[in-house]
Order: sequence, then structure tokens, then C-alpha cells
Amino acid sequence: MLRFSLQLVGVAALSVFSVCVQADIPLADRRSGEHFMRAETRAMQNDPTANPATFALLEGEALWQKKIGSADKSCFACHGQAEKNMRGVAARFPTLSQGRLMNLEQRIQACRVEQQRASPWPYEHRELLALATYVGTQSKGLPITPSNVEGMQAHRDAGRALFQQRLGQLNLSCAQCHDARWGAQLSGNPIPQAHPTAYPLYRLEWQAVGSLQRRLRNCMTGVRAEPFAFGEPGLVQLESFLMWRARGMPIETPGLRP
Amino acid sequence: MTEPARTIVNVPAQAKRGEVIEIRAVVQHAMESGYRRTELGELIPRDIVRIFRCTYNNVEVFRAEFHPAMAANPLVSFTTRATESGTLVFEWRGDHGFSAQASASIRVS
Amino acid sequence: MKTHINQKRRSMLLGAASLSLLHRLPAQATPLDAATAMRAISGTTRTQAGRVRLDIPPLVENGNLVVMRVSVQSPMTESDYVKAVHVIAEANPLPNVFSAYLGPRAGRAEMTFRARLATTQRVWALAQMSDGSVWTGYADVLVTLAACTESP
Ligand code: HEC
Ligand code: HEC
Repeated sequence: MLRFSLQLVGVAALSVFSVCVQADIPLADRRSGEHFMRAETRAMQNDPTANPATFALLEGEALWQKKIGSADKSCFACHGQAEKNMRGVAARFPTLSQGRLMNLEQRIQACRVEQQRASPWPYEHRELLALATYVGTQSKGLPITPSNVEGMQAHRDAGRALFQQRLGQLNLSCAQCHDARWGAQLSGNPIPQAHPTAYPLYRLEWQAVGSLQRRLRNCMTGVRAEPFAFGEPGLVQLESFLMWRARGMPIETPGLRP
Repeated sequence: MTEPARTIVNVPAQAKRGEVIEIRAVVQHAMESGYRRTELGELIPRDIVRIFRCTYNNVEVFRAEFHPAMAANPLVSFTTRATESGTLVFEWRGDHGFSAQASASIRVS
Repeated sequence: MKTHINQKRRSMLLGAASLSLLHRLPAQATPLDAATAMRAISGTTRTQAGRVRLDIPPLVENGNLVVMRVSVQSPMTESDYVKAVHVIAEANPLPNVFSAYLGPRAGRAEMTFRARLATTQRVWALAQMSDGSVWTGYADVLVTLAACTESP
């Protein structure tokens, strides 16, 4: 993480003009993280026989059919064909369900606990990520359509406020990097625009599939802030804002990032 | 108890006799290098796939040895001449009795 | 809460940064270890430069997954073929990366695999031919490190 500070001398100029709130990236200028990757990495993402996230997808497909819990029910038993009934679902999460703000993983977890009556997975459990990847992939290519249920706007506003708040010892906001500085280099890596289009995804750095929350926590550690805990409402609000910020952009799950 | 490891193999379904075909084989495995540490600083023991083998109608056509420097979910692609219709069998073996298999058939005309 | 980092602090961070980089890498092999590993392969045979091509993107985004492709000039006939290919990384904790054993049935001596590189370094590929000769090629690779990671 200290690698961040290597380039800080370069990023320092940032703080001079960053006092004012960053303007949103114009809709037409938005680019998925895929755009900032090297051609080889992009090719690997788009070739299912080369993308390591394919294993999570296959595992999710198998888990969808597996009967578990004291209800002895599979996801399939209630939801049927994922190809049909989960199409477009990931593109509108997070959303409110009975007043609770939930991202896709939390929704799946709720079904596991309340519907299948099985014990909850810990955060970032491989099976949970596999199912989220499987459900997410049913929206591949579909535009992000943020949920408009009553009460979502307040959560997005809270997420936006977090996105613009300076954090950590480096005292940088998400917006300072991702709205104002996208495309610039940081320790030899281009700063992307932070669109949540490809999650869960296989990150080479992790050597595993991980959630958007894991990714957000990495950026918090990056600015040397204490990262929000997994599942903390603030993280889901940030996710909600990021999905809105990426509205209309196509879902890429299962993604690959450096 | 553990489920069989997932594999991805890519072999052309058909080929002309004598044609050189490209084959790709990937197996799901963390390839724990033995150099990573847990958050508490403890070394995670090495646990890797060691050997990959491909036979074509029971004759070995390609074999590889993997070291800890092979990436997670090790992938290899290689070539072989399409000699006759039949089956290609892929086999991986590793630490702690790890073993995985996959096969694909090919029609040669 | 909103502490601003002053210039002095920044240069301190800069020093700490290079330290932490060193810290993160496991014990590294040296070009000497790599030479030893290569000698273990070639034995008493003198290696010759040429005929082996190792393709690695000159700049990779993350050393955890680096696509490498080896191709060897060989007719791949019953009497003249590549027996084995070995890949050695100079600055990995262990120099050996990958070995492959093939024969004339391969048709071409070409293969691709994905490896880990601990840092920026030179990577070697050796080809053992059916006549016993050993040929070498190499590639220099720049490895960038991810900016935001799990651990501070
Ligand atoms: C100092 C600059 C910086 C700051 C501040 C920062 N990030 Fe990032 N972020 C990056 C870089 C660089 C990457 C690219 C991956 C890497 O190398 O770590 C990234 C990647 C991401 C991604 C992944 C995008 C994709 O394509 O998958 C998301 C999402 C993200 N950041 C969100 C955030 C959020 C939310 C915050 C605030 C809590 C934040 N970032 C703060 C630099 C920053
Ligand atoms: C016993 C029936 C049952 C089982 C089993 C079940 N679910 Fe559900 N699921 C539901 C119900 C009912 C809802 C709607 C809840 C609501 O809207 O409040 C739902 C909602 C969802 C949603 C959100 C759909 C949307 O359109 O917003 C997802 C995603 C989901 N389930 C995934 C899963 C997965 C994955 C599994 C297996 C691990 C699973 N479910 C197992 C009954 C079930």
C-alpha cells in the first residue's frame, strides 16, 4: 500500500485544486475498467477458456442446483432457470428489500439463511462469490439500471458523500482519483474510473475472485484509511452510488482486473 | 469429500489428418507457492499441482512439470498432430494427493 | 481528522515506500541461482544462444499472472525435434518455473503457459534438442505492482 506514496509527489498537485467538489464524469466519457487494462488482460477477460473467473461461474452453476439447508431446497427449486429468471437482476442491485438495503451477495445470503435455512457463509466465501458470479453473469451485456424503489435515493446520496469525502492518512477522496485523475498513472498503473461493472471479478492481485466490497476496501487501505467492515451499510451505499454513476453501462461479469 | 477439481479443456472437435492442432488445458487450483503469508504472518505451506500430462489414444503426447512459479489455475497450451479419431485425456497430479482428469474427443478425417 | 500531509512527511513516505517494496518480496533467487538451475538442465553440454523465442509482454500489470509463450525453431521430424523446454526466472524465489516434454508428434515446438514473476527481471527459456544440443532465448520483463492492495 505504501507503494501509493511513491507517486504521491506526482499526485500532490492534486490537493491544490481538489478543495472544490469534483464534477461528475460526463456520461459519454465513461469507460469501464476494462478500457484501462493492457490488451492481453482484456483478451483474457473476454475469452472464457482463459479467464480464471470461469471456474467461479461453473461452480455457481452447479451450486444453483444443489439442495441444501434444513429446507432441502436448491436455488433452482424457487427461482427456476437462472438464464431466464435472473436475467437483469444483478444490473439493478443494490436495492431495498423490505426496507433493508442489500447488495447482490447479501440478497443471496438472505435466501440461503431464510429460504434454504442453512448457516450463513462468511464474507467472501467461495461459494457465495460463485453464486454471485453466476447470477451476475445472467446480466452480462445488459445495461445497469439502478433500482428506483422508494428510499434508494437517500442511500445513493449517502454513497456520493462518502465518495467525495477525504479519507485516510493520504487524505484523498475517491473522487479525487476516480473523477479528477482517471487515466493518470499511479505507480505505473492507470487510475480507472471505478465503475462496478464486472463484479464479482478475478483480480490478479488477489489470485482469486472477489466482491466489489473487497475492491473498495483495497482502495481504502490504499489511502491508509481503516477500511469499512464487510457488509457495513456505508459500503453498500458506496456500491449503490457507484452503480448509479455507471447507469447504462453494460455488465461485464465475470470480469478480470489486474 | 472434496469435489473433483474443475477443468477447462479446449480441443477442436474435428481436424484433418496430419493437421497440427492447438490444445488448451486449465485446472482450478490455487497453486499455493509456499511464499505467501497469512494476515498473522504465518507462512502458508506449499500446495501445488506438479505434473500435467496429455495422452492421445493412450500415447503420451505432452507432459509438463509445474513449479511454485506457475500462476494459480495453471494453464498450458501446446500443439499435437491430429493422427486419428479418438480421445485425448488430460491428467493433473499434485501435492496432498491432488488429482484431476478431463477428456475430449476428436474426429479426424 | 483531515490532516494534510506536508512536504517533509511526503519524502519520508517515499523512503518508506522503497523499503516496503523490498520487504514484500520473498527471498529472491539471483542470476547465479538461475545459472545453476540452467546448468542442472544442460549438464556438460554447452548452451548456445538462438533458435528459442520467449514472448512475454515487456510490461505486465501484475506479476501474479504472466502469459509466456515459447517457440523453438525445429522441423519437429522423427530425426530432429525438441525434446524438452525449460523456463527459468532470474529473480524469483525459486528459479525453475516450468518444464515441458514433447516429441515429433507435437508438429510445432510451441507452447503457452501462465507464470508468476516476483519482480522485474530476465526470464530464460532453454530447449533441449533430439541431438542433445541445448539452445537458449530470453525476455526482459518489467513488472508493475498493483496500487491498492489488501495489506498496508
Ligand atoms: C490515490 C488514488 C485512488 C483513490 C483515492 C481511490 N482509488 Fe480506487 N483505484 C485506484 C487505482 C489505481 C485503481 C486500479 C487498480 C489498482 O492498481 O489498484 C483503483 C480501482 C478501483 C476500483 C475498481 C474498478 C474496476 O474496474 O474494477 C473501484 C471500484 C474503486 N477503485 C473505487 C474506489 C473508491 C470507492 C474509493 C474511495 C473509497 C477509491 N477507489 C479511492 C486509485 C484510487
Ligand atoms: C424457498 C424459496 C427460495 C430459495 C430456495 C431461494 N430463494 Fe432467492 N428468493 C426467494 C424469494 C421469495 C425472493 C424475493 C424476496 C423479496 O423480494 O423480498 C428471492 C429473491 C432472490 C433474489 C433477488 C431477485 C430479484 O429479482 O430481486 C436473488 C438474486 C436470489 N433470490 C437468489 C437466490 C439464490 C442464489 C438462491 C440459492 C442459494 C436462492 N435465491 C434460493 C425465494 C427463494
